[in-house]
Amino acid sequence: MSRTQSTLRIGDQPWVKWSLIGLALTLTLLLLVIPLVLIFAQAFSAGPGSLWSNLTDTYTLAAIGLTLFVAALTVPLNLVFGVFLAWLVTRFEFPGRKVLITLIDIPFAVSPVVAGLLYLLLYGSNGWLGGWLADKDIQLMFAWPGIVMVTVFVTCPFVARELIPLMQQQGRDEEEAAVVLGASGWQLFRKVTLPNIQWALLYGVVLTNARAVGEFGAVSVVSGNIRGETNTLPLHVELLYQDYNVAGAFTSASLLACIALLTLLVKSFIEWRQARQRMPVSDQSDSI
Amino acid sequence: MSRNLVGFASASQNKPGKRVLPGFALSLGISLLFIGLILLLPLTGLIMQTSGMSLAEYWAVITDERVVSSYKVTLWAAAIASLFNGVVGLLLAWVLVRYEFWGKPLVDALMDLPFALPTAVAGITLAALFSEGGWYGQFLTALGIKVAFTPLGIVVAMSFTSLPFVVRTVQPVLEDLAPEDEEAAVSMGAGDWTVFRRILFPALWPALMSGVALSFTRSLGEFGAVIFIAGNMPYVSEITSLMIFVRLQEYDYAAASAIASVVLMASLVLLLAINLWQARYLRRLHGR
Amino acid sequence: MSISLEGVNKHFGQFQALKDISLDIPDGQLTGLLGPSGSGKTTLLRIIAGLESAEHGRILFHGKDVTRLHVRERRVGFVFQHYALFRHMTVAQNIAFGLEVLPRAQRPPAAEIRRQVADLLEMVQLGHLSSRYPAQLSGGQKQRIALARALAMKPEILLLDEPFGALDAKVRKDLRRWLRALHDELHFTSVFVTHDQEEALELSDRVVVMSAGKIEQVGGPQALYAEPESRFVFDFLGHVNVLGGSLEQQRLSQGDAWVQMPEGVDCAGEMQLYLRPHEVRLQNCPALHAHLPLRIESISLIGAEVRLELTPCGWDAQEPWEVGISHVEFNRWQPQRGDRCYAVPDVGHLFGIEQTRPRTLNWVED
Repeated sequence: MSRTQSTLRIGDQPWVKWSLIGLALTLTLLLLVIPLVLIFAQAFSAGPGSLWSNLTDTYTLAAIGLTLFVAALTVPLNLVFGVFLAWLVTRFEFPGRKVLITLIDIPFAVSPVVAGLLYLLLYGSNGWLGGWLADKDIQLMFAWPGIVMVTVFVTCPFVARELIPLMQQQGRDEEEAAVVLGASGWQLFRKVTLPNIQWALLYGVVLTNARAVGEFGAVSVVSGNIRGETNTLPLHVELLYQDYNVAGAFTSASLLACIALLTLLVKSFIEWRQARQRMPVSDQSDSI
Repeated sequence: MSRNLVGFASASQNKPGKRVLPGFALSLGISLLFIGLILLLPLTGLIMQTSGMSLAEYWAVITDERVVSSYKVTLWAAAIASLFNGVVGLLLAWVLVRYEFWGKPLVDALMDLPFALPTAVAGITLAALFSEGGWYGQFLTALGIKVAFTPLGIVVAMSFTSLPFVVRTVQPVLEDLAPEDEEAAVSMGAGDWTVFRRILFPALWPALMSGVALSFTRSLGEFGAVIFIAGNMPYVSEITSLMIFVRLQEYDYAAASAIASVVLMASLVLLLAINLWQARYLRRLHGR
Repeated sequence: MSISLEGVNKHFGQFQALKDISLDIPDGQLTGLLGPSGSGKTTLLRIIAGLESAEHGRILFHGKDVTRLHVRERRVGFVFQHYALFRHMTVAQNIAFGLEVLPRAQRPPAAEIRRQVADLLEMVQLGHLSSRYPAQLSGGQKQRIALARALAMKPEILLLDEPFGALDAKVRKDLRRWLRALHDELHFTSVFVTHDQEEALELSDRVVVMSAGKIEQVGGPQALYAEPESRFVFDFLGHVNVLGGSLEQQRLSQGDAWVQMPEGVDCAGEMQLYLRPHEVRLQNCPALHAHLPLRIESISLIGAEVRLELTPCGWDAQEPWEVGISHVEFNRWQPQRGDRCYAVPDVGHLFGIEQTRPRTLNWVED
């Protein structure tokens, strides 16, 4: 982007440039900014007092708690899986490697409702595994374990997707060098690999978290919507909205919007860091 | 050489594939276990459920008139939404790469908002904006355009949630374009529009196509954002994901599974097609 | 420490990268693995290090079988082609890495590690850069740090993959000289990979020429250049002038060109005569034993001698001929582009079409 401006590039005449910028800004305003503003405007529409009471409502607090709990289980699980999978497909050649990379995209392509249904069919009381579990008095569906399971499904590609291209591009050289120098597997990962991937890893975690907190379709299939028990924050938003409690719905929605904004902030920060690292270093005292 | 291993290794047939970097078995084991349990095992429930139906029953369920109209609405809305995103996404990517203006980092960061914002929040926000008395709805109603509770509302919701796909796939390609091609064409006297059409667009369109295809795939499965604004009237504004949901609430698991199997197959085929397409055009770009 | 390879094979999928390689690398020598890309030289180096495993055969260090020893236990120093410096560590941290990952019992105390790192930095003459990051170094500096990092382990075997490949010509020459001096001072067994014949011949005690997964010839630089054992080595080491024709009654001829063979050459048939640029003289008139008319195409004055590029007149050669003459002779003769002249061979190498080994011919009576 920071290429030296050359006079011969197209679309640089002022009238073209400024009308395109104007159009883009208008679209950004209409499509992204105003919707965001509306969420907070609606949340505050009934005054700060009702905002507070909406926030501290028992069911809202329960929904917040469940959502955080689900995210706290999902994120570490997918973090571990993502790191191992990325290590596997970028550091080794083996038959079926490409198939694994394609398989990991399935949750991105599958409709969340279908994802929820898949789990319901398997683990629900009619499913072949669910029936067996029911005999043992274990209920996974319409309870928090089911919510965690579908959330893990829906969010499992994020960490791996962030790591794979980066690790592919960085190559195996540094790790091989570390092995030649005598590093053990753990030393290798902790001292060489992890510092190189930490920012992508963080971003993957943030994305996983954002999606885990906000998942709606898959969770609504397996949750059973029991207020105070299996209602996550997005489901709670829906319930309030259908009860015509718009201010309440938007209060919960604004919490979720804050997490989204935080996600964008972390992403911008990471990109800013990387751009700064990539800047060429001046050839100060290069003489030997 | 502290250890003498003479006589330990026979002169022929060393065990092949002794890997230099550690962790192959561990990461393969964890990845396969995870993919097996989380991604593949749940598919068995769907297969069991649908295989219990006769072909005639299956066919009757998936060609039910109400279901067929839901396919049509979903496909049409997704097609229009992804084409709209193709145009808008190209414009936004162009402006973000080619021009410098105040507030650009903010606009760039905001592009990912639809990915970060939970779909339920997007749904109630769009519903509020486009309802008859809403910030946008009041103007559109005056013009005689009705968005909320019509198929147009579905298009709006789908466009919003999948907007970043096109921007984020086109942006890097646009950044990597060599200015020389453009300069060469301009110096030969070609006009801006000709250069764009003949030089830039051919280089961009593979990325644009994958962006549009990803946006289309995502739109087909979108649920949370759509149901709040669609009005969900049978035969008119009911999407296929919702059909599955409705059948589930009627406890008709068989019908839900049958419809889901259609959706699942469609999305897997799309996923495979996009992967093959990207592999092909990557090969063309990098000559491998 | 000497290195021996016995019957080493390696496939990558269908592609056979190494075909039954056996090689002895003597203790204390600097050996160059030379070959075009795809010849298997890097694979061979990585097998010695243990970064790739051999499918058949054995690798011995000083007579001990290390074939199944993990790269971590082989204790070799390895310098990667693109240096593979740890980008998030400073220069000093990079060099200290090998010492810091030693098991606690063998690890030197922190102060000792610091001292050794300082010594190594001194040795590679980059003490002032110890707190820089790799991204802040020039190519030549990175190369030296990579070397210092490998030497921190006090290896008895040092392996270098294209050590000067990514550097510009001037730095490359300096570093080459410096590496040779370092080798002579520390006396480890070094093996390096290169595709640059000049580099291999200048730097090595012994050169191993490879092509298509096989060893073509092993020998000292002089022997390789003077007595190549195959067409490949001939073609690959420096320029060669070729006259192809039919040999009848001791005369090799093609079109207007012919060369009379010295006494004792009794073979006949399709033959090729290979001549190094310095084995040919140029004259204004043909000699008694050779008639090789040529036209001067270009004259290059830069360097220790003047290099002339010539095209055949009245006969064919696949590539233009090259002949070097001294500046003194050039000034006396004053040839111009387009002038006609005649080549006179002093020494030559004759290949039959099916033959892989040449027969050396000598026209100069001494």
